[in-house]
Amino acid sequence: MKRLEKKHPLAIRWFHWINFPLLAAMIWSGTLIYWANAVYRVGVGKHTFWMMNLPPHAWDKLHVSYRLAEGMAYHFFFMWLFAINGALYVAYTIFSGEWRELVPNRRSFIAAIQVTLHDLHLRREAPPQGKYNGAQQIAYTAIVLMGVGSLLTGIAIYKPTQFAWLTSLFGGYPMARFFHFWLTVGYVVFFVIHIAQVVRTGWNNFRAMVIGSEVVEGANE
Amino acid sequence: MSDVPPDEPVVAPEPVIQEPTPEEIEATRRLAVEANDREVADQLRRMSRRGFLTLGAGAIAAVGAWKWLGSRDREGGIAWPLRKTLHLDEAVALSYFSTSRLNPTFPASMITRPARINGGEGLDQHADLASWRLDFAGHALTLDDIKAFPKRTMITEFRCIEGWSTIVQWGGTRLSDVMAKLPAPPSARYLSMSTPGNGYYVSLDMPSAMHPQTLLAYEMNGAPLTWEHGAPLRLAIPVKYGVKNIKRIGQIAYTPFRPPDFWGERGYDDYAGH
Repeated sequence: MKRLEKKHPLAIRWFHWINFPLLAAMIWSGTLIYWANAVYRVGVGKHTFWMMNLPPHAWDKLHVSYRLAEGMAYHFFFMWLFAINGALYVAYTIFSGEWRELVPNRRSFIAAIQVTLHDLHLRREAPPQGKYNGAQQIAYTAIVLMGVGSLLTGIAIYKPTQFAWLTSLFGGYPMARFFHFWLTVGYVVFFVIHIAQVVRTGWNNFRAMVIGSEVVEGANE
Repeated sequence: MSDVPPDEPVVAPEPVIQEPTPEEIEATRRLAVEANDREVADQLRRMSRRGFLTLGAGAIAAVGAWKWLGSRDREGGIAWPLRKTLHLDEAVALSYFSTSRLNPTFPASMITRPARINGGEGLDQHADLASWRLDFAGHALTLDDIKAFPKRTMITEFRCIEGWSTIVQWGGTRLSDVMAKLPAPPSARYLSMSTPGNGYYVSLDMPSAMHPQTLLAYEMNGAPLTWEHGAPLRLAIPVKYGVKNIKRIGQIAYTPFRPPDFWGERGYDDYAGH
């Protein structure tokens, strides 16, 4: 016997789907800004595995070149919407009590390892879970903390005189810019894994993020 | 009408209660499950239609808003809603701006050497430094006039709008000291600064001009300014991006309205403040 079970509250679905284009706009405009001084690399010591840069013709092809001014203008436009949506989401999870499902507890870390092993087909059973498994709790809480980090490092490089204390907290202006950049790389990594997991988990789960409810097998309890 | 005599009681036949067979139970259960699942499917269809239509409408609205935003008339090189937002950002920044908040200063060992050279706009239009004078609100000042004010030195971070930053030592006089001597009229809200010949020009809000770390600099890293760093006099203003650190200043004027800004006309934030 099938039944519909409420999963995601309406507010969370709105916050989620509004955040998606806003974060995309922030990353896109951030890329236009990064182009003007694309200096970061992946490497150990003096050995660079990958320079976080592209040859000029590749930047041109991606329509990123010489758009610093535009990038900053978009970045300083969408930052308000991105921050407001994120703040409302956090406030909602606190006041609705939804945070209890989302914030990891002391079992989450073991569970996260077990979930990961299960997902990699190295463990037969998935550990028992509530709405979110341990790995999800860690990921969905980390992404919010990363958002806070982007906001703070963003302020640190946006107003490094008025918020000099904040800038120095991150180790100075170049370090704050460094963290701001790598947090963004973190979002891209999150996005790739998130999409892969959503595809793997299937339509019922994805649909729940749109309509709120999930179809479950079994009688009402 | 009836053939049966009324006094004879009618005996109803004993009702036969037949136990349902397991097959019948199963069939009934299956019917119930099917009815339930049909109802769930119906409900799911209704919810899905509503949910995905809302999502689709939202996506169309988002794409529409994006296209609208990008296609607005340009104001200073960017779509006007973006320009309006930069001015809103500026108003927010000025609301908490304080001249008592200073940029961190650095030890001499951290000075970036050699100093990075960047930006030559307006430097080629005035080759004769001997005849140079600073036109400060209508007063012609020589370099010695500037040097007569108390000399300040500071080692601060020079942050380019492109994203890089260097550490520079500046020597010069506070702009606020000169402004105290040649005060602004009450109507003034901005300063306009330009190179001789007006090849490069910046706008400067009054609070940033009054900041104690805003210098009219004639020395860089302990030596007189070189030609490409803006000799004989430039602005050293670490509360702003590098673009506001105008080289070879020819004129400074007080203005009641936002004056033109070289990069502000090319899409950049004409506040560009830290």
